[in-house]
Amino acid sequence: MLHIPCPYCGPRDETEFHYGSEAHVAYPENSANLTDEEWAKFVFIRSNPKGWMAERWVHSAGCRRWFNVWRNTINHEFGPSYKPFTQQPKSPA
Amino acid sequence: MSTVNFTFDGKQYSGQKGESLASALLRNGVLHFTDSSYKDRPRGVMGLWVEEPNALVNIDSGAGEPMVMSTTIEIVDGLVARSSQGVGDLPDTRDNSRYDKVNRHVDVLVVGAGTAGLEAAKKYSDQGKSVIVVDDKPAAGGHLVYLGQAVPADLLSVLDRENVTYLPRTTVQGLYDQGYSVATERRTDHLDSKVHTEMSRIRTWHIRADHTVLATGAFQRHLVFANNDRPGIMLSHSAATYVSNGANPFKSAVVVTVDNQGYRDAVRLSQAGVTVNAIVDIRNNPSGPSVEAAKAAGIEIITGKTAIDTCEKEDGTVKCVSVGNPDGSDAACIDGDLIAVSGGWTPVVHLATFVGIKPTWDAKLAAFVVKHSDSLTSTAGMLAGDFGGDDNAEIFFGPTLTTEQALVAFVDYQRDATYRDFKRAIDAGMRSIEHVKRYTAIGTAHDQGKTSGTVTMGLIGQAIGKAPDEIGSLTFRPPYITIPFAALAGRDRGLLSDPERTTPIHAWHVASGAPMEDVGQWKRPWYFPKSGENMHAAVLRECAAVREGVGVMDASTLGKIDIQGKDAGQFLDMIYTNMFSTLKVGMSRYGLMCGVDGMVFDDGVTTRISENHWLMTTTTGGAAKVLDWLEEWLQTEWPHLEVYCTSVTEQISTVAIVGPKSRELMSRLAPALDVSNEAFAFMENKHADVAGVPARIARISFSGELAYEINVPAIYGLHIWEAVMSQGADLNITPYGTETMHVLRAEKGFVIVGQETDGTQTPDDLDMSWIVSKKKDDFIGKRSFSRADTARDGRHQLVGILADDGSYVIPEGAYIVAGADANTAPPVKHIGYITSSYDSAALGRSFALALVANGLARKGEKIAIPMADRVVTGVITDSVFVDKENTRRDG
Ligand SMILES: [Zn+2]
Repeated sequence: MLHIPCPYCGPRDETEFHYGSEAHVAYPENSANLTDEEWAKFVFIRSNPKGWMAERWVHSAGCRRWFNVWRNTINHEFGPSYKPFTQQPKSPA
Repeated sequence: MSTVNFTFDGKQYSGQKGESLASALLRNGVLHFTDSSYKDRPRGVMGLWVEEPNALVNIDSGAGEPMVMSTTIEIVDGLVARSSQGVGDLPDTRDNSRYDKVNRHVDVLVVGAGTAGLEAAKKYSDQGKSVIVVDDKPAAGGHLVYLGQAVPADLLSVLDRENVTYLPRTTVQGLYDQGYSVATERRTDHLDSKVHTEMSRIRTWHIRADHTVLATGAFQRHLVFANNDRPGIMLSHSAATYVSNGANPFKSAVVVTVDNQGYRDAVRLSQAGVTVNAIVDIRNNPSGPSVEAAKAAGIEIITGKTAIDTCEKEDGTVKCVSVGNPDGSDAACIDGDLIAVSGGWTPVVHLATFVGIKPTWDAKLAAFVVKHSDSLTSTAGMLAGDFGGDDNAEIFFGPTLTTEQALVAFVDYQRDATYRDFKRAIDAGMRSIEHVKRYTAIGTAHDQGKTSGTVTMGLIGQAIGKAPDEIGSLTFRPPYITIPFAALAGRDRGLLSDPERTTPIHAWHVASGAPMEDVGQWKRPWYFPKSGENMHAAVLRECAAVREGVGVMDASTLGKIDIQGKDAGQFLDMIYTNMFSTLKVGMSRYGLMCGVDGMVFDDGVTTRISENHWLMTTTTGGAAKVLDWLEEWLQTEWPHLEVYCTSVTEQISTVAIVGPKSRELMSRLAPALDVSNEAFAFMENKHADVAGVPARIARISFSGELAYEINVPAIYGLHIWEAVMSQGADLNITPYGTETMHVLRAEKGFVIVGQETDGTQTPDDLDMSWIVSKKKDDFIGKRSFSRADTARDGRHQLVGILADDGSYVIPEGAYIVAGADANTAPPVKHIGYITSSYDSAALGRSFALALVANGLARKGEKIAIPMADRVVTGVITDSVFVDKENTRRDG
């Protein structure tokens, strides 16, 4: 079970959270002007890296707040977590 | 040492308190413990602890437990055990023991209280860290305990320190990400039974450690020679330990070894009074103090040879071992009622592999070891390759065998898997341990290959001329040993296993005899049978009562989200496909939500309570998901919007009165309220006292009938329900459940998200294009409606289906085939499937909803539904069966 650092509450067990996929994939402002390909990229395509990745979690059974956090997809090690719309810390890589 | 009495296979024995059942049986001269699973071969005990592959028993006393290793049971007075031939049987009686769980955070977890584990515990304790030491045996000290040697006091005393928690009889079953481990502590089986009611039998520990030290030690392994399974053939370290403790049924022994451990064990056997006829060593030039000690004890040493086969006595126990060259030649028998085998040490790498740490092959030790150290995990002791002593082992797993010998040379005892089975896997091209395992079942028994794993790797290497580490590496999965389900459940049994949610009116439903339907965690009344009525009759009666008179339903389970803030209207315009910001205060509107992929996600009615205050309802099962969804957009995309969401599902009771006579009933319940259609129109909300309680009344209908939903603070729910029942008595007020609700809405063609949808339907697919705003610049899902796949021809669309035989209710999920003849030559292409199907009182026949490819353009087409026993024919229709013109909703 992962131990996830909520930037509001501190580290908590994974069972308190829900996963929100890759971070920093913003909802396009001008979706009507996007080509099918550009739109499909937003809806379906994620970078899925091997290694460090910034991703979103929501502390559903805690503060109910969404946040971003670095996680290593190889060994599940967590890097720094940070609140939405704040400066992204550097990748721990 | 006190004596305890126990029963094994119906016979009374006595043994020494604290010793294992296996030890006590050996003490009583029992060698033949059980017969093997598949081949009925007599088997005895091989090992000392959880590596035991043979000696399984069923425990019939105390809590009772099937298939336990007799090597791990501490005997108590009154213990009743029965030999188990591979298959356990659960006790018939209820287990009244308690099972508990505990959570702990700690600086350091040390697994294993042998010398290496105790040294690690001391080191971290000295640094002021909090430490938990977990050890699966009754006493700390590891091998020192088996050797009968004192554990150094400075190490043992560490366990008494303030910052150290010591858990004996506790097994770490799994090690997971980031220092999380699960351990089971056996607390009472070794005690007198009277204690059982006061203490939990097994406590499951959930431990989160900043650092975990694995000092899990090692097991000895066997060699694969012919008839290597007879009672009296044991692992040498096990045999020497039992015998040294006085559990000695043996007179003479032969030690067969690949390393110096065999010599040490031979000396111990000799000291305990067993005549060691020979040490047979595969190595040509053994050396070291252990060898010298055996020589000094006068034991004959035969080098360059190994065991090829064994012979049995009349009782099936071993009589002698034939010793020859590793190629099987020049074999001759040497007598021994104990054949003690030292096939090398196998470190317990399980926990390390659970977290992806790969063992490495140490050729000098002939063992997979784990030398690892990082911030989360480190290893120590034998696991880390620190075997101590003068060990160097031959990489050898068994001699060359004839075909006949291979048939009785066992690789995995519990699975009765032989060298012949193994060879067939190799001959079939298997090279990986994972493939061989699945081909032969080696390593799949209760012991999960604790002894046979490395043996199999070695045999593969021997067979194809490679070192074991070139074959791959061992991977194990939790749990480390078998766990009773009760231990995992703990106190989460019955009602505590999953919370039950009930409405404030629940007690009334139960008292009325209504069967309950589970909707998520909610208990909802399914239907309200009158005496002698079955479900079908009850639902037809309830449906007719609603369409002709008045019915009442408890709608309190609907998800309710209170939404406030000046930007709430703008926010809802993005969340729903239709327009909400223009909704007038006091009005309700039905809305559909889609994901960004344009697929329907949830639906419900949202009401504008005041300018900046809204109340959203969601499906009963979707409430939590929708709240998460709203928060996700508010927090991560549109934080500038001033909108606040709060779940109020449990705060409000909703009682729906439904049917043409509901207006009359509503006027009786709220005499001050003008209930005329002119004063109180469809989708309007009014505030009024209902049965003396301030209520919000909404003219919302999920059946197509005139209906009023009475919303009150939850605590008044039952009061309103009872008022409805008494005021409506002369109107034949009829309570109805979820089934009637489903039939009524299906008759009107109203979808249920999750029944008509599976996450791949757009609003258009559901024939609901009317609810998709053309005016709004954007809303979630809009852009996806014009994607090529979403807009393509041939998508499944919502339609009605009428079977030609109106008395037949088509099963939900049934596949639909085009044309009236389902007997066309295969392949028969199915064009859709049934999503909802009921018998209808209003129609006087059955009907169904379905998703059919291009369905909306196919109304009137004949279809067929092939069932197991018949072909049902029918026709595609519109999805609305009752009151297409919406004339009934105004009464
Ligand atoms: Zn939090």
